[in-house]
Amino acid sequence: MTQSASALEIEVWRGAEEGSFQTFKTPRREHQTVLDVVTEIQREQDPTLSYRFACRVGICGSCAMVVNGRPRWTCRTRVSEVLENGNHIRLEPLRNLPIVKDLTVEMTAFFDKWKNARGYFEPGEKPAGDFAVVKPDSKKRRAVDESIECIGCGVCYSACDVVEWDKDYLGPAALNRAWTLVNDVRDQGNAARLDAISKSEGCQACHTHMNCTQFCPKGIAPTYSIAGLKRKVWWRAFWGIS
Amino acid sequence: MNPKLFVAQRLSAFVLAAAVAVHLATILYAVRGGLSAGEILARTHGNLAFALFYAAFVIAVAVHAPIGLRNVLREWTPWRGRSLDIALALFSLLLLALGLRAVYAVYV
Repeated sequence: MTQSASALEIEVWRGAEEGSFQTFKTPRREHQTVLDVVTEIQREQDPTLSYRFACRVGICGSCAMVVNGRPRWTCRTRVSEVLENGNHIRLEPLRNLPIVKDLTVEMTAFFDKWKNARGYFEPGEKPAGDFAVVKPDSKKRRAVDESIECIGCGVCYSACDVVEWDKDYLGPAALNRAWTLVNDVRDQGNAARLDAISKSEGCQACHTHMNCTQFCPKGIAPTYSIAGLKRKVWWRAFWGIS
Repeated sequence: MNPKLFVAQRLSAFVLAAAVAVHLATILYAVRGGLSAGEILARTHGNLAFALFYAAFVIAVAVHAPIGLRNVLREWTPWRGRSLDIALALFSLLLLALGLRAVYAVYV
C-alpha cells in the first residue's frame, strides 16, 4: 500500500503569536511521519508554510513541534502513532518560545539560557598537564552518561510548566547540561556554575512535574539532573561543599 | 529562591514533618473521650516541654510558610524584588508574633 483513499486532516498553526489554524488534507501513506506530512503540505499545497528541519532522522533536533498537544520530534513520529478521530492531527509550534512564523520558533532565549547556566566546558586558567583518567563505571561518569545525549531540540523546554510560569527559569535542557559539567572531573568552572544555577530562576524553581523527562525524545531524565543540582546546591549552601 | 532560602525551607520542613506528626498524635491520644478547654489549659500551664515544642513549631512555620508563599507569588504574579521580600519578612514576623503569643498564653 502506498496510498490510502482516506485523507488525513491536518490542522496547522499559521501566523505568529496571533494567528489561526488552517486545515489541509493530505493523502495517508504507509509509514509516513508527521514531518513527511508537513513537507508534503509545503511542497504540494502551500509553499509559504514555514517549518524547520534538517536531518529527518532524529539527529539534528530541529523539527520539534507540538503534535496533538504534545511536543515531539516530527521526523521520528509516525502518523499512525498520533492520529486522533481516525484521520486528524493538529500541529503547533513549540511552546514557551516566541513564534517566528507558522511552525517555526525563535530559539535564542533557549540557547541563551544554556550560556546563563554556564553550560559550557571551563578548562580553567592552566591547561591540564595530562589526560584526565575517567573510569567509565565511576559514579560521576555514569551521571554524565545518563544526561549527555541532549541535542538541544527544545522539546523539554516546550513541555515545562515552570518555564511557562516564569520566563526567566533556565529550563530543563540548560540545567541538564550544567549537571553533565558538574560531573565532569576536568571542568574547573563549578563554583561559578553552581552560583549561576542556584539563583531564583535556577534549579530550585523546578517543581518535579517531570514533563521534561516524559517527553524527552532521547530518553534523558532532566528531572533527575535537576535533582542532582539541587543536592549540590544544598550541600554547598549548608556546608560550603561544592 | 537563593540557596540560603532553599536550605532554610528544607530544614524547617524537617522540623515541621516531625512537629505535625507529634501534634496530631497528641491530639488523637489526648482527646479520646472528649476534652474541655479547662482540661487542656490544666495540662499546658507551666509545662515547659510543651511550650518549647510549640515554640519550635511556630518558628519553623514562620520560616517555612513565607518562603513557600514567596515562591507561589513569584510564579503566579509579576511581583518581584525588594517589596516582595519585605512583605514576606513582615508576614513571617506576624506568624511568629501570633504563634508565640498563643504558646505563651496557654503556658502561663
